[in-house]
Amino acid sequence: MARKFEPVVISANDLFDGRVIYLTGADEWVPHLNQAELITEEDHAKHRMAHALALSDRAVGVFLAPARPGPDGPVPGHPREAFRANGPSNYFHGKQAEA
Amino acid sequence: MYHHSEFDRAFVIDRAERFRDQVNRRISGALTEEEFRPLRLMNGVYLQLHAYMLRIAIPYGTISPDQMRRLAHIADRWDKGYGHFTTRQNIQFNWPKLVDIPDMLDSLAEVGMHAIQTSGNTIRNVTADHFSGAAADEIADPRPYAELIRQWSTDHPEFQFLPRKFKIAVSGSPNDRAVVKSHDIGLRMVRRDDQIGFEVSVGGGLGRTPLVGKVVNEFVPTTDLLPYLEAILSAYNTVGRRDNKYKARLKIAVQELGIDHIRELVEARFAETRPMFDGSDQAVLAEIAKQFAQPELVEGRSTAAYDAARDADPVFRSWADTNLHDHKNPDYAIVTVSTKKHGATPGDATSDQMRLLADIAEEYGQGDLRISHEQNVVMPHIHRADLPAIHAKLREAGLGTANIGLVSDIIACPGLDYCALATARSIPIAQQIATRFDELKLEHEIGELKIKISGCINACGHHHVGHIGILGLDRAGVENYQVTLGGDGTETMSVGERAGPGFSKDEIIPAIERLVQGYLAIREDEDETFLQAYRRLGPAPFKAALYPAEEKAA
Repeated sequence: MARKFEPVVISANDLFDGRVIYLTGADEWVPHLNQAELITEEDHAKHRMAHALALSDRAVGVFLAPARPGPDGPVPGHPREAFRANGPSNYFHGKQAEA
Repeated sequence: MYHHSEFDRAFVIDRAERFRDQVNRRISGALTEEEFRPLRLMNGVYLQLHAYMLRIAIPYGTISPDQMRRLAHIADRWDKGYGHFTTRQNIQFNWPKLVDIPDMLDSLAEVGMHAIQTSGNTIRNVTADHFSGAAADEIADPRPYAELIRQWSTDHPEFQFLPRKFKIAVSGSPNDRAVVKSHDIGLRMVRRDDQIGFEVSVGGGLGRTPLVGKVVNEFVPTTDLLPYLEAILSAYNTVGRRDNKYKARLKIAVQELGIDHIRELVEARFAETRPMFDGSDQAVLAEIAKQFAQPELVEGRSTAAYDAARDADPVFRSWADTNLHDHKNPDYAIVTVSTKKHGATPGDATSDQMRLLADIAEEYGQGDLRISHEQNVVMPHIHRADLPAIHAKLREAGLGTANIGLVSDIIACPGLDYCALATARSIPIAQQIATRFDELKLEHEIGELKIKISGCINACGHHHVGHIGILGLDRAGVENYQVTLGGDGTETMSVGERAGPGFSKDEIIPAIERLVQGYLAIREDEDETFLQAYRRLGPAPFKAALYPAEEKAA
């Protein structure tokens, strides 16, 4: 049986400063996960990924990041994505400090 | 210590200029990321979870006060006010912007530092015993040889595209403080008759296939060192596998082909490389050695202030008992400054701490600082009379923790808090273990115990050679921690054995506490270390302490 497709967002790191960025439905790279386009269908994910790669002049390492729907937009779907979305746990640095 | 020559200076400045051009071309779009990636890696620039990371070499762990101050300046100006000392005597900055890195490299070049060959499939930063030139048990200072290797391996045209990264460590003492047998090449200085040479091991490594290096030659005279190393690298370049990244290290070639076959290849190649060295390397070595002359130590100065402080101040005495090691001159001591204050991130130092260390080294310590592979800072030449004043300054700055070699002196990799390869966090586990044992006030009673934590199978936290090793894994999206027992990173190196099923992040700290309490209950006396008890009794009683429920069920 085919594996069930789990929701994703398109994410990358910013070329200039390396910070984590996400792709919105309007093709903008933004710093906050909850503004990203949550993709729930596999074919759409493939299409959006190809599109993201084509426009990725400031995005490095574009990939499909596990995510889940949340009350205010997508939330992390894996611990790694939680750290990417918030920052490290030993210092109050990264996105948690910028919020 | 070694000061960059005109050649070194020109080379480092040239590389920084080239990298600035490469960054500009990447930003303009002239280079794709695929094209740029190997160029940035050649200059120590990684892309991690939250940001770029710049890894700067501290060759054989030796750093001057001016260089340390420059690192502090870089931390303040282009990063977040701190740096992270690594298990391979590098420092990493976790938050640089790509556009700032050329300026950082220019700044480093001004003080003879760089990030060249701190990444990529090349010969990496050469590491050495952090007590070099000071240790009472030393045959000779290994750093002139390490510097010779640095010069030979930097930009060596034959070894810029090896099958995989390649690590060399050098020790000048019979007691191995540089974990030489976990390196692709481990050099342990030995004396034969009146001649000094190296016992050469090959194929050591940690990572997903931990192997203890095997001796390929029991005695290579120092005069043959470079042609012999060149022969090993050349043989590896030929037989090292390029079809599978996970089988590409020299250790796999040694495992698959056998040490005898590797020795034959090396000896055959050595017969060719030896005549190519005309003695100019020895002339270079002689010049390098002059820069590592023993510092002028004060003779006849009283150490009474040290004895008085020991008698009067139990906090000082505790620190002196754990953080000092024997110097060649008994009036002096080697000071290890712990970066592992209970609850702190192992290996991190703030810019203010770096400046203080530089000031102390300049005022009291012959301007000599070292970074240890255990992520601490060493001042190798301190007169005992100065120790009370130094201890007071260190304490004020959060650097006075008396825990070297104890349960809270933990090696930990950056783990999932920073690293793109990690599968679990390391830092919080180290912080919690240190905090817990500080609460219990047990660590001095426990004695020597090395805990090492890696956040993935690549083993940057050296967990395989921890008396207690902790390996963080991802089990279906949940952090899980496996425990290994009985590892040893010294001259009696052994790889730890997995104890059993892993623990969740909430279970691992109590599990380690049970394990240590179990050891205290079964040790012969307070002089028997954890590792000695493990070697005497085997894993069974330690596993029983770790897994009490299973013990009852059985």
